[in-house]
Amino acid sequence: MTRLITSGFSHFILFIGILIMIVPVWMIFASSTHSGLTINTQGLQMFLGDSFYENYLRVLLYKGGFFKEITALKMFLNSFIMATGVAILSVITSLMAAYALVYFRTKYATLLFWMIFVTILVPLELRIFPTYSVMAELNLVNSYFGLIVPISASAIATLFFRQFYKTVPDELLESAKLDGANTWRFFIDFLLPLSKTMIVAMLIFMFVFGYNQYLWPLLVTSSEQYWTVVMGLKMMSGSIVHRFAFVMMSMVPPILIIIVLQKHFIKGVFQDK
Amino acid sequence: MKKVQFKSSYSQYLFLAPQLGILLIFLYWPIIQTFRDAFTMQDAFGFGTQFVWFDNFLFIFDDPAYWIAFKFTIIYSFVITLITASIGLLLAVQANNVMHGKSAYKTLLIWPYAIAPAVVGVMANYFFSERFGLLYHLFNNLWGFNWYESVFDSYIYLIIAGSWKQISANFIFFLAGLQAIQRSVIEASMIDCKNSIRRFWTITFPLLMPTTFFLIIINITYAFFDTFGIIDTTTIGAPSGETRTLVYKAYMDGFRGLDLGSAGAQSIMMMFIVLFITIFQFRYIEGRIHYN
Repeated sequence: MTRLITSGFSHFILFIGILIMIVPVWMIFASSTHSGLTINTQGLQMFLGDSFYENYLRVLLYKGGFFKEITALKMFLNSFIMATGVAILSVITSLMAAYALVYFRTKYATLLFWMIFVTILVPLELRIFPTYSVMAELNLVNSYFGLIVPISASAIATLFFRQFYKTVPDELLESAKLDGANTWRFFIDFLLPLSKTMIVAMLIFMFVFGYNQYLWPLLVTSSEQYWTVVMGLKMMSGSIVHRFAFVMMSMVPPILIIIVLQKHFIKGVFQDK
Repeated sequence: MKKVQFKSSYSQYLFLAPQLGILLIFLYWPIIQTFRDAFTMQDAFGFGTQFVWFDNFLFIFDDPAYWIAFKFTIIYSFVITLITASIGLLLAVQANNVMHGKSAYKTLLIWPYAIAPAVVGVMANYFFSERFGLLYHLFNNLWGFNWYESVFDSYIYLIIAGSWKQISANFIFFLAGLQAIQRSVIEASMIDCKNSIRRFWTITFPLLMPTTFFLIIINITYAFFDTFGIIDTTTIGAPSGETRTLVYKAYMDGFRGLDLGSAGAQSIMMMFIVLFITIFQFRYIEGRIHYN
């Protein structure tokens, strides 16, 4: 009986928690399916209206921005390129760096580790103007390269891979050596297949990280052709319902990825089986 | 470290090269330039720079606006950490407690983690706008809420906007921490102590300490850096610069004011604050908690 009561209480608390998360997003979604007139006269809406297609199609295809050069569709493409680029580049470089740190004997091991680790303490926000001037000197402003590479200068994934490699039993390398595997063969044929869960988790993590960037794209793209979705939120013109629709669409990709790939993500980050 | 390793060879540096290369060009080089900016000053016409020792630092310490941002940053990170960790823990304990629907609850609570802070800010805007913001009108009826003018009310606005999405990160990590506690420990404690609330605070909570301290660091970092997107889409520092974090102020001084010397000095101060918190965590806290 007490068991039932406490579990009922738990469900109740969780229900309230979920309401706090879902209701605001639902209200923006419901409001985004109404006409601008309804919102202006009656405020945010709780129930769906009948302007869904009209509003969303207009937002996707209408050329907005200061110079009316970019559609939301193009911004989604840019965000997708940026997020994928950040995910792939940072995961590949981190996999390799962590491998070098864990599997090679060197007298510089501590120095190399700290050189990589200490970068976690200096997020992009703290070096934003100098990073911008480096990009300007290298002529990389307004390019996908400029959007992707400075964001990938992050060692968080390296730390995760390093932790993971340390749990791989020593026997693996011993037997690989018996088979005559060299450093590349061992990395590609033995270690990478073992790290699959971890790689997927880090890809998801870095994709969301890249997609959600706001300040850096704002600074490094003066040409509208390179605007991303999240920074575009501040730039979009149009009536209130169109802005609602744009906000709703902007959160769909990362939320979908987290929900669909949730199991892999949690498995990798917490390393549970 | 591993007992079995490869001998150091050129291939080790081939594996390190891509990451180190990116870090050197896009991280170390800018950091060196930040230091250069912080110790120099541009003359009024922008023709040359001059080495000025600690003048930029003295200038920001003398600036009341810096201490306002400092105060806001400390209060904001403290309150966000407290709120998101408590609610995250409360929800995680309940989710760990239920027999059915555990994974459904997980899915229903995990997704806000994925939303960009700037998007959260834009959404919060709609709920706190004077025209049709529901929360604005609710609070306004309760105590005359008006974040455009009252500092306290603008704090409330930013704390709600900043905490909302971060609850889900805290929830996920606490739930993982709870699930990692061995069943036998919990069963043994059930025999020793019948009071479930006391059992939680004397047995479960101490075992969660590593997770808690990890989350404190995560939440502080979030409040320091990630809230930029929230502030820039909500109050933009209103009223009169009272709700600017240190990072937001440094950005504004560098970008709007084109004062790179001051922005550089502020960035370096921020690096020291982060370094201090990290060392503090390693030295004084990590040593005192028990990992199971």
